[in-house]
Amino acid sequence: MINVSKLKKGIVIDHIEAGHGYKIFSQLGLDALEDVVVLMRNVPSRKMGKKDLIKIETDIHLDLTVLGLIDPNVTINFVKDGALIRKEKLQLPAVVEGILECKNPRCISKYQKINDIKFYLIDEKTKEYRCEYCDTATSF
Amino acid sequence: MLKGRHLIEPSEFSIDELEEIFGLADSIIQKPEDYSEICKNKLLASLFYEPSTRTKFSFDAAMLRLGGEVIGFSDPNTSSVAKGETLKDTIITISNYVDIVVVRHPQEGTAKLMAKYALVPVINAGDGGHQHPTQTLTDLLTIRHYKKSLNNHCIAVCGDLKFGRTIHSLVKAMHRYQDVKFIFISPEELKIPRYIKDLLEPGSYFETTNLDKVIGKADILYMSRVQRERFVSEYEYLRLKDYFILTPEKMLRAKDDMIVMHPLPRVNEIAEEVDSDKRAVYFHQAKFGMYVRMALIVKLLGLE
Repeated sequence: MINVSKLKKGIVIDHIEAGHGYKIFSQLGLDALEDVVVLMRNVPSRKMGKKDLIKIETDIHLDLTVLGLIDPNVTINFVKDGALIRKEKLQLPAVVEGILECKNPRCISKYQKINDIKFYLIDEKTKEYRCEYCDTATSF
Repeated sequence: MLKGRHLIEPSEFSIDELEEIFGLADSIIQKPEDYSEICKNKLLASLFYEPSTRTKFSFDAAMLRLGGEVIGFSDPNTSSVAKGETLKDTIITISNYVDIVVVRHPQEGTAKLMAKYALVPVINAGDGGHQHPTQTLTDLLTIRHYKKSLNNHCIAVCGDLKFGRTIHSLVKAMHRYQDVKFIFISPEELKIPRYIKDLLEPGSYFETTNLDKVIGKADILYMSRVQRERFVSEYEYLRLKDYFILTPEKMLRAKDDMIVMHPLPRVNEIAEEVDSDKRAVYFHQAKFGMYVRMALIVKLLGLE
């Protein structure tokens, strides 16, 4: 068993479905952080069998919207002075900007560089979002 | 208040706002001479990034009959697009010259993108297979004229329901009226997209591949063209284009007061023999199109 020391301050992203940890790591851009970041994969879990887990020792604000898209079942634990101060369950965001790409090959966003495309949630079950320009359903 | 607004998709206007436009269209039809100078000194930019005869002529005729002027292009190769200018830059620049912009573009969502940056009202004259709201206004005005109301109808739409933007816009607009039911008639490959069906109450529509069986139920039959440019291969186009053709024999099973509509141009989906049937209103529909565009321009410019 590998031991990772207890977090003093920062965020623990727990209950990540095994295999999704690296996706979350990449999407949050954690490789660019100067702070200590630990990605643990296939950690034994009573509830899930095995899970992934990320510990981030940082003060900076992270946009966690993306987590709701990749794995809405994860738990976010905020830690300060070695103690858990807040626990959050994620929900799918109603509006997403800058993460999704429209999958419609005829959408104008495929032909022009558009930075601020909004996607609106249309189906929580399938995690599908609607492109603000062409209305096509798309998912992460 | 419609002054300064864009028209990107028909549902952006409330039923009352649409009624305002239709009311003005009625007045223009009754006394066109009263409106022949209302747009004097106003300029409309007509930006057609893909070929269109009817829609372009309809808008041009509408503006000219209101006493306004039209500038623009109907071939993007002659515009700054050919130099690689972005749509954002194009619309910001053109907004400085004109009072209102009409845009048609083959890519879906273009009019919405342009409206985001435009300083003057933008009218979507068709964006790929997505929306064609002024065709919808035309269709609604036609239905309102012949059926005296936009409520309580069974509308059968037939043909290419997957790529047919006029169909998408029509369904989105009509589902807001009371007790409107839809019959979607298409080959399996050209079924209506899910995002349109998601707007409708379950039980307010059904899908079929057989025009013959359902024609007797319809108050309005809306025929559409299977468009060559929407298909990946010529083979697929040729295989599906003749799928559903309206003939005088099929019309025998239709109600006496059913109306047949078509956005035009027709290829062969309505036999020419049907043209003389009093229920065939598709050529009158084109005229309503010009009047409703006149009313729309006047309203968006805030001149009435």
